[in-house]
Amino acid sequence: MQTAIAPSLDIQQIRQDFPILDQQINNRPLVYFDNAATTQKPRAVIDALTNYYEGYNANIHRGIHHLAEQATAAFEASRRAMQSFLNAAHWQEIIFTYGTTDGINLVAQAYGRRFLNAGDEIIISGMEHHSNIVPWQMLCEERGCVLKVIPVDEQGDLILDEYDALLSEQTKLVSVVHASNSLGTVNPVKTIIEKAHAAGAVVLIDGAQSSSHLPVDVQALDADFFVCSAHKFYGPTGMGVLYGKTALLEAMSPYRGGGEMIREVTFEKTTYNDIPYKFEAGTPNIADVVAVKAAVDYIGQLSKEAIAAHELELLHYATEQLSEIDGLRIIGQAKEKIGVVSFVMDGIHHQDMGVILDQQGIAVRTGHHCTMPLMHRFGIAGTTRASFAVYNTKDEIDRLVQGIRRVQKMML
Amino acid sequence: MTINEKQDEIIDEFDLFDDQLDKTQYIIDIGKKLPPMPESAKTDENRIMGCQSKVWLDAELQGDTIRFYGDSEPTAQVSKGLISLLIRVLSDQKPEDIANADLYFIPRVGMGNLITSLRAGGLASMIERMKAYGRAYSANSVQ
Repeated sequence: MQTAIAPSLDIQQIRQDFPILDQQINNRPLVYFDNAATTQKPRAVIDALTNYYEGYNANIHRGIHHLAEQATAAFEASRRAMQSFLNAAHWQEIIFTYGTTDGINLVAQAYGRRFLNAGDEIIISGMEHHSNIVPWQMLCEERGCVLKVIPVDEQGDLILDEYDALLSEQTKLVSVVHASNSLGTVNPVKTIIEKAHAAGAVVLIDGAQSSSHLPVDVQALDADFFVCSAHKFYGPTGMGVLYGKTALLEAMSPYRGGGEMIREVTFEKTTYNDIPYKFEAGTPNIADVVAVKAAVDYIGQLSKEAIAAHELELLHYATEQLSEIDGLRIIGQAKEKIGVVSFVMDGIHHQDMGVILDQQGIAVRTGHHCTMPLMHRFGIAGTTRASFAVYNTKDEIDRLVQGIRRVQKMML
Repeated sequence: MTINEKQDEIIDEFDLFDDQLDKTQYIIDIGKKLPPMPESAKTDENRIMGCQSKVWLDAELQGDTIRFYGDSEPTAQVSKGLISLLIRVLSDQKPEDIANADLYFIPRVGMGNLITSLRAGGLASMIERMKAYGRAYSANSVQ
């Protein structure tokens, strides 16, 4: 495991920025450990949403009035903010989507249907979320491509030798998760990308989990596509980003037809707009796009490195404390992890665990976490998962440990 | 006892507890007393789908009443307790009474988030299945 750097963040002060945290659930202070599903929103993000609706709500880009200009400026400022957040080379490489799932589907359709043919191979990994499995299966079914899977070892790491063996001239696309939502594993995506490029394949990185916990630099990674969701990094729901390299985006077909994505329409022929607008048909989710800048700015103020260090410290502490509980087994002990601890317990169903922790004010997630093939790999139906964010504390982990012990006692 | 008398009895029992955790403990303990369901009845047909845990329900007509059998996978003890409560209320009742039952005890006993887990745990589907048995057997008896 990595070494944690002493965090310099004032967590109690940070907690004041998140209004939702100050509440009682079942007469106990809320402990929110479901951050891998969605993070809570700081006041700055909530204010950005209301400021937009109260102050300058208007449709963007072609309006000639003041509000339209103001909304357009805020919308495009968010694009620049996301460009900087992911360190993309050009603002045109940032496409707004509805989220990670939408971004993957966009690539599967707009890139896959254009460039993949019968017999071509797509490689994913054994720890993918269903959203990074099903769109490729749909593409394979339609185009006659073949889906290959990099297996996962007992610790929850990808078996890279097997990846090497899967790569071939037939490999046209590799799509892997940067950090696993179920196990917390951080995959060596830079190496995965290098190897894919050497084989002539393009690579999509699913950054749904990594974008909030790890510094992301799409240029340093040399990722061809990178997708993420704002609600996982303190931003609004229903809003995400697809990063794509300019040459790839320009070569791709449009995804959806409609307004905004066109240059000229006649009944005989339509010409398409330039990137990124070619992929942004219709009125976008303006308010949430505008508010994502507030989330990115908030993370920037705290610094991603400091957030990562704090979460790593929580991960180490939780791993150590949970390991001391009899009958508890952590699923996913990879060499490098984000703040996710998934576990199973002898004789206790994860559903009961989740319900009774909730009765103690502790919000966790239970089940297969939309990674059913991974659960099959470990021979389990599901886990209980605690996932951390910047506002979580060691005291809350102590509450979790006490909570689990209480569940254990109740089931005897 | 009628369905409503049984519900009132359960409400009285739960009124003894203030804390949600104590209520849940009581549900777990009730589940431990659930009569076993024959393994042969734990079929896919009898499985209530849409659950995080595996849950089964079976029914047979005994005279003019329906007897229910249910179970969950062994580790799902809260589910088992909830099944046990439902069987206590609805088993050995007339089909039409089951079909028309208003299960007011569930919100009244303050099972709070257990109701949510009813949804996640397919218990809402289980109630629906029990009522469907009630409707099916009432229809049969009319014919």
